[in-house]
Amino acid sequence: MDLLEYQGKQLFARHGVPVPRGGYAATVEEALDVADGIGYPVVVKAQVQIGGRGKAGGIKVAQDRDEAREHCEAILGMDIRGLTVHELWLEEASDIASEYYASFVFDRSAKATLAMLSTKGGMDIEAVAEEDPTAIAKLHIDPLLGFQDFHARRLCFEAGVDADVVRGVTVLLGRLYEAYEQEEAMLVEVNPLIVTGDRQVAALDAKVTLDDNALFRHEENAEMRNVSAEDPQEVMAKERGLTYVKLDGDIGILGNGAGLVMSTLDVVAQAGGAPANFLDAGGGSKAEAITSAVEVILSDPKVKAVLFNIFGGITRCDEVARGLITAFEQIKPTVPFVVRLDGTNDKEGRALLAEANLANVHTVATMDEAASKVVEVAR
Amino acid sequence: MSIFVDSDTRLCVSGITGREGTFHAMNNRRYGTEVVAGVTPGKEGQDVEGVPVFNTFAKAVAETGANTAMVFVPPRFAADSILEAADAGISLVVCITEGIPAHDELRVYTHLQRSGDVRLVGPNCPGILSPGKANVGIIPASFFKEGNVGVVSRSGTLTYQIGNELAQRGFGNSSIVGIGGDPVPGSSFIDVIAEFEADPQTELIVMSGEIGGSAEEEAAEYIAANVSKPVVGYIAGFTAPPGKTMGHAGAIVSGSQGTAVAKAEALEAKGVRVGRTPTQVADIAVEILGG
Repeated sequence: MDLLEYQGKQLFARHGVPVPRGGYAATVEEALDVADGIGYPVVVKAQVQIGGRGKAGGIKVAQDRDEAREHCEAILGMDIRGLTVHELWLEEASDIASEYYASFVFDRSAKATLAMLSTKGGMDIEAVAEEDPTAIAKLHIDPLLGFQDFHARRLCFEAGVDADVVRGVTVLLGRLYEAYEQEEAMLVEVNPLIVTGDRQVAALDAKVTLDDNALFRHEENAEMRNVSAEDPQEVMAKERGLTYVKLDGDIGILGNGAGLVMSTLDVVAQAGGAPANFLDAGGGSKAEAITSAVEVILSDPKVKAVLFNIFGGITRCDEVARGLITAFEQIKPTVPFVVRLDGTNDKEGRALLAEANLANVHTVATMDEAASKVVEVAR
Repeated sequence: MSIFVDSDTRLCVSGITGREGTFHAMNNRRYGTEVVAGVTPGKEGQDVEGVPVFNTFAKAVAETGANTAMVFVPPRFAADSILEAADAGISLVVCITEGIPAHDELRVYTHLQRSGDVRLVGPNCPGILSPGKANVGIIPASFFKEGNVGVVSRSGTLTYQIGNELAQRGFGNSSIVGIGGDPVPGSSFIDVIAEFEADPQTELIVMSGEIGGSAEEEAAEYIAANVSKPVVGYIAGFTAPPGKTMGHAGAIVSGSQGTAVAKAEALEAKGVRVGRTPTQVADIAVEILGG
């Protein structure tokens, strides 16, 4: 789960990472109240989950109340690379002397957490990495030892942090790691980490990705889920316990097991089709889950045909067939379905479908055939 | 021969008294796996269809000589259960549980690496099947027979799909190993491929990967340097968009890393033929081994 900047900053603050004083607003009037409380100049920041907000005009400094109103009115409702701005974060303007970069990221290849620090912050760190890899100090952290002060000092000296703020950056990094580990994040990134004119350090931005699998023991974080930014079909699927990812095409896909569904998307694409979604009905899907899944797939108006690709292991093909038959009774779909059932109880499943004789349902034997057929009927 | 599980396997099931745990433990026993014990804290003295239940792994191992564990407990208890099994002297832990927090996996992985002599397969995997010998996990064994193709995969149902395509061309399997779709799998492609290379029954290795991480790229390097047997690859997720997790916690393309194209190219560059569909994987297997 990706957090918005202000959510990340609130999470940082809980662990003592210094962040500028600020407040949240969803309307212009709320924003002006917050701005008055902070005092001027104040920074108005669009809260959307995408980089490049500044360049798109989503971050502005206001010298007074009138200017703040002007900026808030312009930014609320603004479109930033396809995302509409519904929320603002306002914070005190900072006196920036230097911009650094700091992050902790769950490095799967190394099977350890990677800590990174650079004095070339404020810009795209991937560009820095490309132009001058030596500008980024890196260190892998032993998860059983944790991140110690000496690790932080080593990063500071390697990165060339100004000597008078090594202590401040060391403390900040220690707290940032604490936030990363205790909140079970996959990424915490501060860009820029600023040094102010009076030589204080603070996180001026916050990018945080939390581990979805750990949310059960972080109730406070689970509540931060930013439902308004999520796709409505994805929200609906989540509520029903299905794994659904919306894609751009017009062929609805349902399968069981993440790998098989990914493979199904690929085979459909190779057959010349464009999948509308990824939907994993999961192992051992019962009829109700299948009915529910059909509803989710068809809630996307772009869907012109649906492919069921089931290889039954724990999942029983007769259960899948029953779910599909119920879905037809309840939802009465108007688009064609192509169904491939193989594995546990496949004969029973196919027999049920044959008996039900559903209009516009094509039963096929193999995955490749299923893909060509669904592309054909979607035309 | 086969790898990891066979007729010497003595299985202890963690979470045997749960619905899923009982169902699959009994399925494994019906297949011929020796299921000698179960562990559920607080339920010692009970039995599940004749399999004795113990409070701790330590006691289960002491009383029954269990050498393999299958973990079926919910995510919040799974890391602890893996560590308990390892501590009790179990040499192979197969963790089926899906949804274990990544930081738990990282700590478990690091600890097991250091202790040295315990192999973890999974988590979030379908288990291991050595046809004709033993089944530990949830792989539907009826689709597979004994043979000379070793299969290693990050996915469950996709493994069955590929296995079934191979079976239809007449191939059987030495072992089928699901390493799981999580960010920190206990065993990697390399770990399993090394075992297949050393296993006399295995004549062809099929590896089925997916987007996310760099395990397939690392396997490509390893194969080029260390593997004499033919390897056929498959990668799922060519159409997956960046930044979206495709079902498995580990299946996510971040930036330019971990795409299906990059993985297929890495394998092909090292001489591993990659099927673009599960059917093509079987076609290539026929070409290599003869129909």
